[in-house]
Amino acid sequence: MNALAARRRHPAAIALLILVGLLVTGAAYAALAPKPAQASTVSADQVQQGKKLFQANCSTCHGLQAEGSKDGPSLAGVGAASVDFQVGTGRMPMTRPDVQAPRKEKVVFSEEEIAAMGAYVASLAPGPAVPDQEFTDGSKGDPAKGGELFRVNCAMCHNASGAGGALTRGKYAPSLHNVSGKHIYEAMLTGPQSMPVFNDNNITPESKRDIVAFLHSVDKQQNVGGMALGRLGPVSEGLFIWVFGLGIMIGFAVWLGQKSA
Amino acid sequence: MSTAAHNASGAERLRANDPEHEAPVGGGLRKVGGVAGWVDDRTGAAKGVGYLMKKVFPDHWSFMLGEVAMYSMIICLVTGAFLTFWFVPSAGQVVYDGSYLPLKGVTMSEAYRSTLDISFDIRGGLIIRQIHHWAALLFIVAINVHMMRVFFTGAFRKPRELNWVLGAQLSMLALVEGFAGYSLPDDLLSGTGLRAAEGFMRSVPVVGSYLSYFVFNGPFPGESIIPRLYAVHVLLLPAILVGLFTAHIVLVAVQKHTQYPGPGRTNDNVVGFPVMPVYAAKAGGFFFIVFGVVALMSALVTINPIWAYGPYDPSPVTAGSQPDWYMGFADGALRLLPGFLEFTAFGFTFSFNVMIGAILLIPIMYGLITLYPFLEEWVTGDKREHHLLDRPRNNPTRTGIGMAGIASYCVLMFAAGNDIMAIKLHLSINDITNMLRLLFFVAPPVVFWVTKRICLSLQRRDRDLVLHGRETGRIVRTAEGRFYEQHEPLDPYTRWHLVQHEQHRPLELESGVDENGVAAPNARSQRLRAKLSRFYFNDRVEPVTPAELEAAHHDGHHVEAIEHQEPGGAPLVEVGSAPAGENPDTTEQRPGH
Repeated sequence: MNALAARRRHPAAIALLILVGLLVTGAAYAALAPKPAQASTVSADQVQQGKKLFQANCSTCHGLQAEGSKDGPSLAGVGAASVDFQVGTGRMPMTRPDVQAPRKEKVVFSEEEIAAMGAYVASLAPGPAVPDQEFTDGSKGDPAKGGELFRVNCAMCHNASGAGGALTRGKYAPSLHNVSGKHIYEAMLTGPQSMPVFNDNNITPESKRDIVAFLHSVDKQQNVGGMALGRLGPVSEGLFIWVFGLGIMIGFAVWLGQKSA
Repeated sequence: MSTAAHNASGAERLRANDPEHEAPVGGGLRKVGGVAGWVDDRTGAAKGVGYLMKKVFPDHWSFMLGEVAMYSMIICLVTGAFLTFWFVPSAGQVVYDGSYLPLKGVTMSEAYRSTLDISFDIRGGLIIRQIHHWAALLFIVAINVHMMRVFFTGAFRKPRELNWVLGAQLSMLALVEGFAGYSLPDDLLSGTGLRAAEGFMRSVPVVGSYLSYFVFNGPFPGESIIPRLYAVHVLLLPAILVGLFTAHIVLVAVQKHTQYPGPGRTNDNVVGFPVMPVYAAKAGGFFFIVFGVVALMSALVTINPIWAYGPYDPSPVTAGSQPDWYMGFADGALRLLPGFLEFTAFGFTFSFNVMIGAILLIPIMYGLITLYPFLEEWVTGDKREHHLLDRPRNNPTRTGIGMAGIASYCVLMFAAGNDIMAIKLHLSINDITNMLRLLFFVAPPVVFWVTKRICLSLQRRDRDLVLHGRETGRIVRTAEGRFYEQHEPLDPYTRWHLVQHEQHRPLELESGVDENGVAAPNARSQRLRAKLSRFYFNDRVEPVTPAELEAAHHDGHHVEAIEHQEPGGAPLVEVGSAPAGENPDTTEQRPGH
């Protein structure tokens, strides 16, 4: 009988066993459980900086404590991903109240400032975090599969080639051309404005990456057939044939008609 | 002919009627003549060909719009034959393994795969596909514009009503042919179009679902629709189109082409150039211009990038799903029709919100177009033959009706793009739709009224120009110190264009009762006819009569007096002597004169 077996009825044994069990479970969980896709650790300083930025720039509509007002929704629980998407694409802060915040080329805040505001908003209530780069890099995805997913889930509003489309009463699904993988992913995750949320059970992170891959393949696509006419389909084709096709034909007909024999 | 003696030997008698050998013609002419003669000996074609070669056509750019349609049809036939070599009209499912990477490994129909192969893997396939599609769009554009030309110049009047009817049917069939072609590649857009077509069939009360099952050979989409459409698109409709088109052209040749009024051009002749060599060169050259422009367009501008839409599958649909432009008016009607037109009664659902736009609109529209010449003939009571065209301003009511029709067509067509307008112009799609609903009722009468007024004022301006001449801008001071601007009278050639037409007057209503006071059986229709005739011709500007012109020339002071008289009363006599044809064009007499 060895020493370990002799002490198996020691009063501390149960406590020790529980401790070991907890450690193993914890370590296994830490190793195997899906990590929250948090790129950087959040410090208290960052939250403070974010709070200041928020109160200076966003509180007019969203309220001093982000509790919301009649002009803007509460931000409790929207998560850092939502902040990163809305501010990172220039949608927020909005220049004026409108049915929908348009994407703007000029982004007001730096990466750090956006991260700080994200940290502040995330500190209010748990919400989706900024996604891991692993799943936002389109080059790791399968564009063909992403295309199928896009046509089933997204094309009815965003158009089969991501050119965008109209919704009711002045709202619209924006064009998805030249949008970064991170922002596409965040939009699916948070469902900004009129868009529904596609959480990880609807569309897995890998499938979201495939969709990003598809959209980036559309961006990179050369227009093999010539000018794309805005990729708007038969409407712009019809306009083109009436204006240019018919215009050129009438021009030639007038020219030929004036030529004497 | 050799004359042979009756008592010659048997062999000689047999050869008695043989023609003598003719002396051979020398040089290249002999070769051509030889071939032509060889053909003529066997077909007797020389007479017909000679007749055609000498046919005279009048010259005007607007007469070439129909030619554009003809040439685009030929381009479609030629390129379509090329596409049939590779297109596989089958809904069988395959996995794509071609060179377009974003679709690699995707399951799709054979039709879609073969269209992708034509676009990416077959040399020259994409440009031929684009030429085919652009030419198809141009075909229907040209048909429409040609139709407008014929309508606004009154070229549909007797004896050409029948050809107008043929043309209207051609135009309607061209829409169906186009839609069939648009639906063949089985991409997301064309599949959505077919799904819509299936919905249209189902909107027919009571028999709708049977109709849809009949056409699709079962539930949508099934595997039958693509092969069926293919047969319709490449065989049935082209045969009908080419047949009707041939009849259309033969009628033009038999009735001879209309011409614009001008000096030396009468209802009994055709002033222009003969087919050989002038028109053969002009029309032949124009064919190459049309083909060249279409090819250039196809090389520079994408049309229907089916690879961007992805394969069809009944679950997805894409924003911006529109038919090609020529079906836009029907799609627009669907978008404008309010939803409350769908209701349930007797256990059936009646979807009039769909049926009116999708099933009834096209027959109603083409029915009205087809019947218009007969309506106008009845209203004017004009049974004479017309080979001289009207200037659109000289028939303001007809021009107004045509413009009102175009306005309502345009409202419907723009409605089909309401979503694109909403995103591109940053407007609300609801506002656009409501606005277009309003415009559908408001625009046609407003356009009619404005057009009619513009036509009438243009006619007044013509009168003014004839009576007063052209303002020269030269100010003359007389000896007494008066100033006046010199007006230069028009030369007779220019004047002829402005005074040659006649103006219809409203028909007088006959009493409607016979001598016994019994109402005539057709009194009601006669009243309607008189009413319509007043609608057409109550507002009118009479062309200047020779007497008026004479008075204007003799004494400038009296002109104003004549101006202010109500036109009318004076018989319509052609002004002065019609100047003879100004150039040595060929003049062809019309038959029967």
